[in-house]
Amino acid sequence: MSKAALEKLQAKFGDAVLETHSDCGDDTALVKAESWKEICEYLRKDPQLDFDYLVDLCGVDYPERAAQKQRIEIVLHLCSISKRHRLRLKARVGSGEEEELEGAEIDSVTSIWAGANWFERETYDMFGVTFRGHPDMRRILLYPEFVGHPLLKTYPAQRAQPLIEYRTEEEAGVPLEKQAPFGDDEGMSFPREDYDRDVEDPRTKLNPHKTEAI
Amino acid sequence: MEPLDLELEEGELELPSEPMHLNMGPAHPAMHGTVRCVLELSGETIMKADVQIGYLHRGFEKMCERGTWAQVFPYADRLNYVSPMLNNVGYALAVEKLCGIEVPERCQWYRMALGELARISDHLTCTGAMAMELGAFTPFLWFVKARDMIWDILEEETGARLTHSFGRIGGMAAPPTDAFKELCKGSLERVVTLMEEGESMLLKNRIFLDRLEGIGQISGEEAVALSWTGPCLRASGVPYDVRRAYPYLKYDEVEFDVPVGTNGDNLDRFLVRLQEIRQSRRIIEQVIEKMADDGPINAYAPGVMLPEKHDVYTTIEATIQHFKLVMEGAKVPKGEVYSYTEGGNGELGFYLVSDGSGTPYRVRIRPPCYPIVGGLQKLITGRMLSDIIPTFGSLNMIGGECDH
Amino acid sequence: MSEVILEGSEQGFATTRLDDLLGWARKYSLFMYPFVTACCGMEFMSLTGPRFDLSRFGAEAPRFSPRQSDLLWVVGTISQRQAPVLRRIYEQMMDPKWVLAFGTCASCGGFYDNYTTVPGIDKIIKCDVYVPGCPPRPEAVLDGLMLLQDKIASGDRTPRSVKPREDPVDLLPAGRRLDVLQDVVSTGGKRARASKESA
Repeated sequence: MSKAALEKLQAKFGDAVLETHSDCGDDTALVKAESWKEICEYLRKDPQLDFDYLVDLCGVDYPERAAQKQRIEIVLHLCSISKRHRLRLKARVGSGEEEELEGAEIDSVTSIWAGANWFERETYDMFGVTFRGHPDMRRILLYPEFVGHPLLKTYPAQRAQPLIEYRTEEEAGVPLEKQAPFGDDEGMSFPREDYDRDVEDPRTKLNPHKTEAI
Repeated sequence: MEPLDLELEEGELELPSEPMHLNMGPAHPAMHGTVRCVLELSGETIMKADVQIGYLHRGFEKMCERGTWAQVFPYADRLNYVSPMLNNVGYALAVEKLCGIEVPERCQWYRMALGELARISDHLTCTGAMAMELGAFTPFLWFVKARDMIWDILEEETGARLTHSFGRIGGMAAPPTDAFKELCKGSLERVVTLMEEGESMLLKNRIFLDRLEGIGQISGEEAVALSWTGPCLRASGVPYDVRRAYPYLKYDEVEFDVPVGTNGDNLDRFLVRLQEIRQSRRIIEQVIEKMADDGPINAYAPGVMLPEKHDVYTTIEATIQHFKLVMEGAKVPKGEVYSYTEGGNGELGFYLVSDGSGTPYRVRIRPPCYPIVGGLQKLITGRMLSDIIPTFGSLNMIGGECDH
Repeated sequence: MSEVILEGSEQGFATTRLDDLLGWARKYSLFMYPFVTACCGMEFMSLTGPRFDLSRFGAEAPRFSPRQSDLLWVVGTISQRQAPVLRRIYEQMMDPKWVLAFGTCASCGGFYDNYTTVPGIDKIIKCDVYVPGCPPRPEAVLDGLMLLQDKIASGDRTPRSVKPREDPVDLLPAGRRLDVLQDVVSTGGKRARASKESA
């Protein structure tokens, strides 16, 4: 949809643009992390490209690329409302194979698009990538006491960090880990009134085509 | 008693002037239970505001990486839970874009009709809740009554009132019932009548208008810079609608208008949503005329679609296919895709990364109301405390989507 | 005098009648605190709507202050971040108080088995009635409310959960289960073949 944007980028930045592709109709450019901010400013300010609307900024974790210092891929989707073209910009940062990331830093684009503020905070929260120059770099979806970054592949999905301790069964007096919810000892201890109904074939009573007046 | 010092000027009297810190906590009805605003007030005016979200973070993106591609549908439903059909369709379109599948025509019309029904229910809920938070309980009850009628149609079609999980990769879970078209025709008229009754009651009320007009104003350029989309952006004068700008399904074959506001204040956002209900009704009526009464609903894509139950019970090939699809998941080709549709709040995007296996590598939702709530701080700073309520209500923050 | 009282229950006749009266009064005038977070909130709105009217049970009045309410409706998923808030609201309510867990996420965490969801509110606060469903139909919630009203009347504090009204398979006589399966398969086949032919 915006081959012109890819060509212009390559013409202007040459080396900084590492790869481009247009799979599934999405024009994508992988750039060097050092030129991130410069490229974004160009995309915003160039009158023919005019990418004034930042669609999304997120991260993807590729732990197998940690050795090349390319563990986290920052993906930025841009759109131009007036020119009607879109672009995907990617950069790779970070190393460290376990849960501790090293060197996952990139420039913030909040000064270019104000909407990037919360998207960058979320990427920091979920992946641990810090954005240099961000006005308010702190967690957004998780609480400040949380340790770790959950969307990394090395963070186990079920490791919870409760803020308050769970009640124990002695304190509660009733079983708290229940398996089958409808055993004999659970359910309603007081009988409900059983309305008369035909019990021949319940499916004949279900008339899907009856539309009642509301 | 000593005489007062008459030379003392007022400026020398130092009154304590610490700002008051107020916590409008997550357990607040106007905050929809999941947003916390830490406010610094000077009297009633807000000097600084810190909007904290994340009280409904349910780990959607992490859960998707633990199942198969088809197991994402129930999680996707619970993102924007007032218009779950739009989320289902959006996700299904994203996976189909990655697989290169195109669904049959009848399915496209069907998805449009169900999606527009979901959009109507979303707008009814938003405007009704906004009215209720300002004290108008009756229009809220009327809108809930209208919404129940729409949910009856959806229950007839999908089996559930809310959270249908009805989309499938390559089609839908079941074809439309025979009563679908009549139900739509009959109910939509009642729904729009109820909506108009509520609208007329609210728009004649001086108090309601005073609380909405001129409050929470934002210009078009600021809204675009903040990544706003949907009714909130259109109320500020920017006519950007994904259905018009980048038509998907059959939106280029139906006629509908895109309501655009002028001032970008709360009243415009309210009115734009009500107008969109009327436009959605127009779309559904056209879809009903154009949708064929028979024909396939699911694309022929044996790699991703489950075979017919009858074949599964009688032939061995279908049993194996069913087994592999359920246990290992649909093998979506390797690659990445970003697919976007017009959700209830704006551009709902899904960025999918596949590594060729049946488990998604990354499912990223681009929630439309996330950047919109990001702009809330700008809207309320400098205004009064009670202006937060209609402003926040008009943004239609849906917790499941905003906090994913 | 003392022998007469010990023959029956430990309480005297007048106090038992008083308890019954209090139970009756409490169950039909519950002031609720709707702690609404997620999708179940939409069904909650329908519940207070005109069709599934909650006010005919006397339980409609929402009091948005925990100090003034006696029934805490926990509607929707409770995340770890929200847990201290819920605990605080519960502690601010005055006795006698009851808690209704609306939906599967509140009862047991639902299908959000991850780092951020509390696996059921009974891990944090005491719960009296669990209404399963995702989201539960309003009729199921009304069943839960009626169950709670019975518990209030009798003074029972054991947690209970709501059973579905009927399970169609239970209503069939035992021998007919295989026929049902055959039926399902053959009607499924008919519809499938019809749609294949017209394709």
